[in-house]
Formats: sequence, structure tokens, C-alpha cells
Amino acid sequence: MTMDDNKLTFDKITSDLTHHIRINKGFLIWMGFLTVSLLVCLYAYSLQLSTGLGVAGIRDYVTWGLYLANFVFFVAASLIGMLISAVLGLIGMKWLTPITRIAETIAVAFAAVAGLVIVSDMGRPERLAYVFLYGRPQSPILWDVTVITTYFVLSLLLLFLPMIADMAIIHRKVSTLPSWLKPVYKVLSLNFTDQPEQNKIINRAIRILLILLIPAALSIHTVTSWLFAVTSRAGWDSTVFGPYFVSGAFVAGSAAVIIAMFFFRKNYKLQDYLTDVHFNNMGKVLATVSLVYLYFNINEFLVPGYKLKRADAIHLQELFAGKDALLFWAVQIGGLLLPILFMLFRRFRKPLPIMLISVAVLIAAWFKRYLIVIPTQEHPFLPIQHVPQNFVHYSPTLIEILISIAPFILVLIIITLISKFFPVIPLHETAREKGIDHIKFD
Amino acid sequence: MRILNPTSNHPMEEHNHSHSPHESEDPKGSTRRNFLKNIGLAGVGVATGAAALYSGHIFEAKKEMSGDQKVLLTQDGKLVQVDSLEIKAMEKTGVALHEAEGREGIAGRRWVMVTDLSKCRNARKCISACQDVHQLRPEQYHMNTLQIQDSPATAPFNMPKNCQHCDNPPCVAVCPVDATYKRQDGIVLIDNVRCIGCRFCMAACPYSARIFNWIEPKDAANHVDQDYNVELNVPQKVGTVSKCLFSADRLREGKLPYCVEACPNGVYYFGDENEDAVTNGTTKETVRLSKLLRDNAGYQLLPELGTKPRVYYLPPKNRLFPFEEATEATPEKA
Repeated sequence: MTMDDNKLTFDKITSDLTHHIRINKGFLIWMGFLTVSLLVCLYAYSLQLSTGLGVAGIRDYVTWGLYLANFVFFVAASLIGMLISAVLGLIGMKWLTPITRIAETIAVAFAAVAGLVIVSDMGRPERLAYVFLYGRPQSPILWDVTVITTYFVLSLLLLFLPMIADMAIIHRKVSTLPSWLKPVYKVLSLNFTDQPEQNKIINRAIRILLILLIPAALSIHTVTSWLFAVTSRAGWDSTVFGPYFVSGAFVAGSAAVIIAMFFFRKNYKLQDYLTDVHFNNMGKVLATVSLVYLYFNINEFLVPGYKLKRADAIHLQELFAGKDALLFWAVQIGGLLLPILFMLFRRFRKPLPIMLISVAVLIAAWFKRYLIVIPTQEHPFLPIQHVPQNFVHYSPTLIEILISIAPFILVLIIITLISKFFPVIPLHETAREKGIDHIKFD
Repeated sequence: MRILNPTSNHPMEEHNHSHSPHESEDPKGSTRRNFLKNIGLAGVGVATGAAALYSGHIFEAKKEMSGDQKVLLTQDGKLVQVDSLEIKAMEKTGVALHEAEGREGIAGRRWVMVTDLSKCRNARKCISACQDVHQLRPEQYHMNTLQIQDSPATAPFNMPKNCQHCDNPPCVAVCPVDATYKRQDGIVLIDNVRCIGCRFCMAACPYSARIFNWIEPKDAANHVDQDYNVELNVPQKVGTVSKCLFSADRLREGKLPYCVEACPNGVYYFGDENEDAVTNGTTKETVRLSKLLRDNAGYQLLPELGTKPRVYYLPPKNRLFPFEEATEATPEKA
């Protein structure tokens, strides 16, 4: 097949996948809204900086609250890059091509922000450098810092490498760009001219990254689970916490990808590229990882529930029938059991229903982290006595909630910027799959 | 470099100007060089003048010797003679001089505490003594007395609970920055100059022994000039963890811990495991540790967790006083 035969096709693909790359009114309004919201949240954080962590609802017994639940959630959501690109990509699932960049964008955004979330939970954020200056390799926090940084760098490279070819195309073919942006694409395209050697190098690098990404991704969430599992507290003292967290992360990440797919498809008019087939398949992926997660949930609750050791019994009593029961069952039924049941049917894997299911799953995923982090601390081994009521029961403050919203806004800003200035769907790869072997650059 | 090599074709000069090769022909460039040269000369002049003034000052100061020699003890225990005019108040460092000692602990000692539950009447004198000296708010406990009932059939009792100074401390294991550490004398301390406030140690402690300074510590304004003493953990600092220290500062002076001395009911014994001797804080009676534990069926809290606590408890038997229910919450809100 020669270039001329496909000229129309290639031009059409290029314009379909890049027509959103321009600065328009909607983009500016949306970014303005995000920026103003972020500023409000940053004001709340400035209050915490000047007063201390006491502006939040956390106290001596429940010492890790929303911030840590948030951190676990962000690490979880970032794991999807590995599942989609590395695991499913390496076993050769071709239908994934248009989804890979969405998954990598989500991975990069959530991994980058996870690092910031954990800083908001520090009593002395100005001493952050101490972790590097005086770091003790025996502490799981050091492991977490190491693997999250590694994962973020790998994910960023994995986002960038397939984009090199795309940026070469954008630089030459996209006319909607403001002139000051063009040189940026030229520099980032690294003089790519679609030579076979260039493609060979890029493909090889991507393959190495994909393989490295698997252990890195498994590590980030396993190590994050160990922040809890290395303690002897009831509800955290669990040997399945690693795989329990990893499988839960795939659930949250798959849901996030489906939601992003839905909005990009609608807003960027990508119906021809993100088809019902993709939503159907992603629905199957979400159902599968949800089933795995259900399996770990059964392990996590049935085994200690069968023995009812003293501290475990109190913990499970609170979750199953006590103060946290409503939230617990809402999350387990509404965010896990019902979605699995619905997703067994093809009609619920159509774009709109699967998006709505994903929203429920994602919200439940956040509250699941809340249920993992907080209730355990409300009933330690020794009774909580002679302290004010707000030490006994945790309730987040408004300032704390605002500070916890900030990372979500940051993630939206990052995803918006990446998806606005780069093709949401890999352009060069899509063209190749449509049979265009070589792109001639003028 | 530019000042010392005024010729523009000097190789060093070429190197410095590698970014903009035309600069050497530019008249502006040469004025700048002259400018820099002048600044350089002025700088040398100022430095020479300052040096002269300074040496003059030293000479004058030397003349002011009083001849009144004081004998002082240095930090490492040497006696030295110093002219009384030479003695200056020490500059505030913000960190105690004993930082290194505070991390090592007292050689040859293995501190141990025995709490006799049969004697505790919940007088809470230990708590107030501790809170006073460690600058803590009423709801901040290094030492707290809990009301415990193990099962409906057994009698309730008062249980003073402080840091157990475990020999296998889960808190020390998880600390990312070596802010909390185990000393050779068995004490677990926290260095609030190092602590980053991640609270992993609090999450890891099964005894809920650690507290956090969520807001500015009590009367912080009164203590800003105080040097930090790691063995007393004062002044407390906002955003850092605090905990029971077994009164490491008192042990260095050969005294019993604050809580132990404050108890009116003879609850606490404190001493050195190596000497196999503990002293009761109220009666000042010294007994054999091994015999005390053996005769009274001494036990440890949550031994199944493998933390190996250095605090032992004697069972709450033969109590001759009424038990009061746990009072809820001190009114002050944090």
C-alpha cells in the first residue's frame, strides 16, 4: 500500500484525532473553573500550614484520615496504566490501541498527584527532604517513595514515547495550533521522520518499559498496602493486603478509564475510534477485575470473621452491623456486587450504562479506602479514655475536605492539559493499524 | 577570570564567551569588563580596610583582659582557666548539646518499670506531674490511667498505661527518618527536631502510647527561647510526635521518673534490669525485680504481639478500695 492510496484516509485520521488540539473558549472556561477551585483549596491548605494538622479532624487515635485514604485511592487509580498497556498490551490485545493513551494519562496524573497528597498529611512538610537526607531503608515509607517515583517516571516515558511520532505529525499537519506552540511540538518530536530505524528504536524502548512497568506497578500498591499490613492492628494485620489492594486498584482504574473514554468520545467526537466494542470490552475487563477483587474481599472478611479473635471481632462488628455498616454495605453491594451482576449482561456494557456503573464503582472505590483506613484506628487494642469526644470519633472538617478535594482538581487539570494538547488516541499507531505503513513528511 | 585577563584574545576569554563570539568586538563588552575590573579593585580595597580594622579591634580587645581568671568545666569534663571578660553567653543553637548523648543512652543500664495494679486508685498524680514537666495539654497523655474490665465476670481495675519501651519496638521499625529510636539503656525516644510528622509510628504502636502536637503546643510562646532537650522532649513542637520518655533526663541525674515519684499510692517500681533491682517511687523501698515479678505473677501487655515491653504489670488482686467508672473526656477541646 502506498501513501497516495491512503492520502485521504490518513488526512481524515489526522484531522479526526487532532481537531480538538486548539485553545477554545470551552477549554479556557473549564481551566478557569479548575484554577479558581484549586485556589480555594490551596487557601485551606495555607490554613493548615499556619495552624497545624489540627485544622483537620484527625486526632491521636484516628491519626490517619481523609488524606491517607486519598493517598491510597490515588495510588490505586494510577495502577491502571500497567494493566491496560503492559498486561493486556503485552499479551497482544489489538483493540486496546485507542485506550492506551487514556490509561497512561490517568496513570501519570494520579501517580504525580499521589506524591503531593502524602505531603498534605505531613505534620512538618518543610522537612520532606529529611526522607532523602536521613532515610531509613527499613521503613516502608522509603520503599513507597522509591517505587512511586520509579512508576511515575516509567509511566511518563510510556506516555511520551508513542507520542513522538504523533507530535511530528501535529507539527506538520495541524493548522489550528497557535503559532507559539508549534516549536514545542517540533522539539518534542525529536526530529522523527518515520524511518524504520526510528520506529524500531521506539518500539523496542516501549517494550522494555512495558515489561519494567509490571513489577513497578505491582510494587507501588503492594508497598502502599504494607503501610497498614506491617502493623498489628485488627483490620490491617492481613497477609492478603498486597493482592487485595492491587486487585482493588484495577477496579478503580478500569472505572476511571471508562469514564474518561466516555467523556473524550463525546467531547472530542471520537465515536468512530472509541466504539461500542471498546466499551463492551472494557466492561468485561472491569467485570473480571471486580470478580478478582470480590474474591479477595471474601478472603479478607470471611477468614477473620470465622475466628473472631477479640480485636478482629470488634472491628468486624463495627463494619458489618455497627457505626460503619451503612457505608460498608453500600460500598460492597453498590460498588462491587451489583456492578458485577449488571456487567454480566451485554446491554449494560454499552457506553452510557457502563459509564454510569463505572461512576458508582469509582465512588465506592474511594469510600472503600476510607473504610480500610479509618475504622481500624477507632478501636485500638487498649480502650480510648479520658480524651475529648473528637478524639474518640473521627469526623473530617471542612478545611480537611477542601484539602482533600485539591488533588482531584489537580488530576483533572493534568488530564485536561494532556488531552487538550496531544491526541487522546495514538495517531501514528492508529494510522499504522489502518494499513498506512509509512508517513511521508514534506 | 575576566578581570585578570584583560586581553580579549586570551584562550580563557574565548572560552568564557563561547555563547556569544561577537561580544569581544562589542564596545559594550569592554565597558563591562572595565566596570567589573573596577568593582574588583574596590572589593580588594574594602577587604584590606576591613582586615585592618578587625585586627585593630582584636588588639584593643586583648588590652581589656581583666586578669580575673575563672575555672570552668568543659563539656567533655576538663577543667580550664578563662579570663572572666572572655566568658560569653552561649549562642542559642535550638538543639540541645546532649543530642548525641540523648541518642546513645546511659551505658550499662537497662531501665525497667513495674506497675502494681492492685495499688492504683486512679489518683492521676502521675499524669499531672508528667504533663506539667513535658508541657502537655490535659488531653495529651504520655501516661494515662485506663479503666479496664477484661470480661464481665472479672472485676474492673485501673491501669496506668505509658509507652512500654518495647525491646522490639514497632514504632522505631517504621520511622522513615530515624526520628524515633531505641537507646542502649532500653528507652525509646522521639527527636522532634527530626520528626516529619508522618505518624506512621502512631499507627504502628499497639499500645496507643504516642501523641501528636496537632496545634501549637501548650504555652508555646513562653518556651521559644528554650533549647530543645531530646531527653525531656521540650519544648514540644507543632506537627511532631511526642511520647513517654521514662524521664530520661531524671535518670541521667540518678533520680526516679516524674510519674514514679508523684504517685501517692506506691503503684510504681522503677529500676535497672542489669542490677535486678527496682525502687518503689512512694516508699523508696528497693526490691529484687525477679522476685517481685515471680512472687506477684508479673505480666506484660499484649505479649502475643512480640513487642517485648520493658513495662511489667502486677495483677490487680486484693484491691481494698471502690472502683470508679471511666470518666469521659476532659472538657478542653483541641
